[in-house]
Amino acid sequence: MDHLTKFILLFISCVLTNNFIFSRFLGCCPFLGVSNKVETAMGMGIAVTFVMGLASLFTWAVGKLLVLLDIQYLNTIAFILIIAGLVQFVEMFIKKSSPTLYKSLGIYLPLITTNCAVLGVTIINFDSYVVEMDAIGLVYSVLNGVFSALGFMLAIVLMAGIRERLETSKIPQPFKGFPISLITAGLMSLAFTGFSGLFSNLG
Amino acid sequence: MKLKVSTAPHVHSKNSVERIMLDVIIALLPTAAVGVYLFGYMAGLHIIVGVASAVLAEYAWQKLNKKTVTISDFSAALTGFLVALNVPVNAPVWITFIGSVVAIIMVKQLFGGIGDNFLNPALTARAILLASWPTHMNAFTSPSMFGTVDAVSAATPLTANYVSGASDAASSATSVAVNYSYTDLLLGNIPGTIGEVCKIAILIGFVYLLIRGVITWHIPVIMVGAVALFTWVLGGNEGVFTGDPLYAVLSGGLLFGAVFMATDYTTNPMTRKGEVIYAVGCGLIVALIREYGSYHEGVTYAILIMNIVTPLLDKYIAPKLYGRVKKNA
Amino acid sequence: MPNKKVRMSTIFLNGIITENPTFRLVLGMCPTLAVTTAAINGVGMGLAATMVLIGSNVVISLLRNIIPDKVRIPCFIVVICSFVTIVQMLMQAYVQDLYASLGMFIPLIVVNCIILARAEAFACKNGVLASAIDGLGMGLGFTLSLTIIASIRELIGSGKIFGIDVFGGGYEPMLLMILPAGGFITLGLLLGILNSVTAKSAMKKEA
Repeated sequence: MDHLTKFILLFISCVLTNNFIFSRFLGCCPFLGVSNKVETAMGMGIAVTFVMGLASLFTWAVGKLLVLLDIQYLNTIAFILIIAGLVQFVEMFIKKSSPTLYKSLGIYLPLITTNCAVLGVTIINFDSYVVEMDAIGLVYSVLNGVFSALGFMLAIVLMAGIRERLETSKIPQPFKGFPISLITAGLMSLAFTGFSGLFSNLG
Repeated sequence: MKLKVSTAPHVHSKNSVERIMLDVIIALLPTAAVGVYLFGYMAGLHIIVGVASAVLAEYAWQKLNKKTVTISDFSAALTGFLVALNVPVNAPVWITFIGSVVAIIMVKQLFGGIGDNFLNPALTARAILLASWPTHMNAFTSPSMFGTVDAVSAATPLTANYVSGASDAASSATSVAVNYSYTDLLLGNIPGTIGEVCKIAILIGFVYLLIRGVITWHIPVIMVGAVALFTWVLGGNEGVFTGDPLYAVLSGGLLFGAVFMATDYTTNPMTRKGEVIYAVGCGLIVALIREYGSYHEGVTYAILIMNIVTPLLDKYIAPKLYGRVKKNA
Repeated sequence: MPNKKVRMSTIFLNGIITENPTFRLVLGMCPTLAVTTAAINGVGMGLAATMVLIGSNVVISLLRNIIPDKVRIPCFIVVICSFVTIVQMLMQAYVQDLYASLGMFIPLIVVNCIILARAEAFACKNGVLASAIDGLGMGLGFTLSLTIIASIRELIGSGKIFGIDVFGGGYEPMLLMILPAGGFITLGLLLGILNSVTAKSAMKKEA
């Protein structure tokens, strides 16, 4: 199978069939915490996409170095430091270069360091694209990062749309807030199981 | 803690909610009657259990929470009716019972009751049952009235295709001859859930709903049209543009879903433009899941997914008076 | 000193009941949802997090006067991450099956908000013993919640608890419960039921 087909299948997998939120449980905290409004959800999604793409790029290089030095077991600590540094750097860069962008994304950036989706994708990349593959693994890593983040963004934006609607609903008091959000997420996850195996017969 | 009891400012007055629910129930009677005729008295038992347990669940919930009991608006009865019609006759009756209770309590009441649920309760129940007990929910029988040999389990037109369609799940003109004729599909001489098999009965219900002004033609017709189009484009063993649109339209739960489930007031968009996008989306996802997914039938999931998208369609397509739409990447 | 004893037991119980990380603070959702398909995974995940919590709380409490305020978060993360790596290696060596079924959620303990939250809210302000007990209480509270959720899901979703068949042959498991959707729904329903129970008991107290 050529790489282009693989890229398309990777996209379908990251966004629909193996969505980070609905089937892998990565990034649940911001998914539940920052999904009150569609606009903020979108901002969070864009920020996460940005950081996850960059993190995949940098951790691929560092991951290769770790493998070369035979100290793979240090991957978690190396990756989390890269992510923390990266988030700081991105924050400073955006603040300097585009105050308007900073205004809309800035508040989400510190939260991203502890978003397990970011560390999660670098660990997934490490296992499947750094150790297993050569240079082309870099492309896969970055695409996996970006596509997974787009899946996250789709989930959080859809969730925010529903939660805006739920604001006017007469939800029983004990279920307001987290309980109903979790049940909503569960039902969304259920609906997304319909995509399972999509295009798998091509792969 | 005191719970305030108040009637909500719904779009329709209480009286018209009753009227609408009753009209939909009447529209379902032909296909239900055919279901009982084709599959025997057990189908009737499923329907009774479905309706009764849905009404009881709503009554019990509202009593326990000291709310006004609204079972007289027929909406719970309708949900239970739909759940039962979405179950294959060979499934145990407790499946229908659990489906109805889950639909009423978890999908409807927890989200605030009538008008507040973001997913169609009966369809969600079907998806939950399908995920929980796949063997029961796929135990299709051929209608006994036509004297088909296979009484235990049979492939639905879609699963039959799935097996016979050489390497992938594509339906093709050649496999129609092997499996079911268009007449069989139209009359309901095919395995399937209680309510989905007889297309003529469903169409009678559709016409009734149109005449009564309960629904407009847009969502069902566009959704079915989209399935036909996308199946033709995507499907077929000979590659793209060889799918069999008529077979796709007449098989599975498409017509039933398009007429009775996709048109649910609370879970589809408020604007006409939104409705068109919603219906095309449903059709596209049905075709995608049928042709390329691991499920044979995608109507349930397609409608649920478009239910999920509906709040966004309403937010961005509704005529905006103030505020601005954020441009996103 | 009875006073001190009382204080320590309050700190200990705080994590298990009053500020239970899962049911009260709703923190650390990802592992809570992901690994609770079987009770044994819940226990394993909980204990792994407990070990990290105790370790990081103790070390951070010891270093609390040395770490400069401005860079405290990165320092905390390094400490936490060291303990996670230790736990990861120990599990790889001694409980391979469990390690395999918990998968990437062991390294992801690093970004579990419970641990960073305790470092920030407790360990960097309190003594070593109190911090250790806080870590133990929070960890056990987390373990207990995970085990409860996982037992419910395993019981309904596969008819077993800790792998032991409970209902016998006639039971038909509700597979939804061990799917991702079941995780979200179970936790949501549990939280809602817990809220209504506490609301009712609060009402009784007032009356």
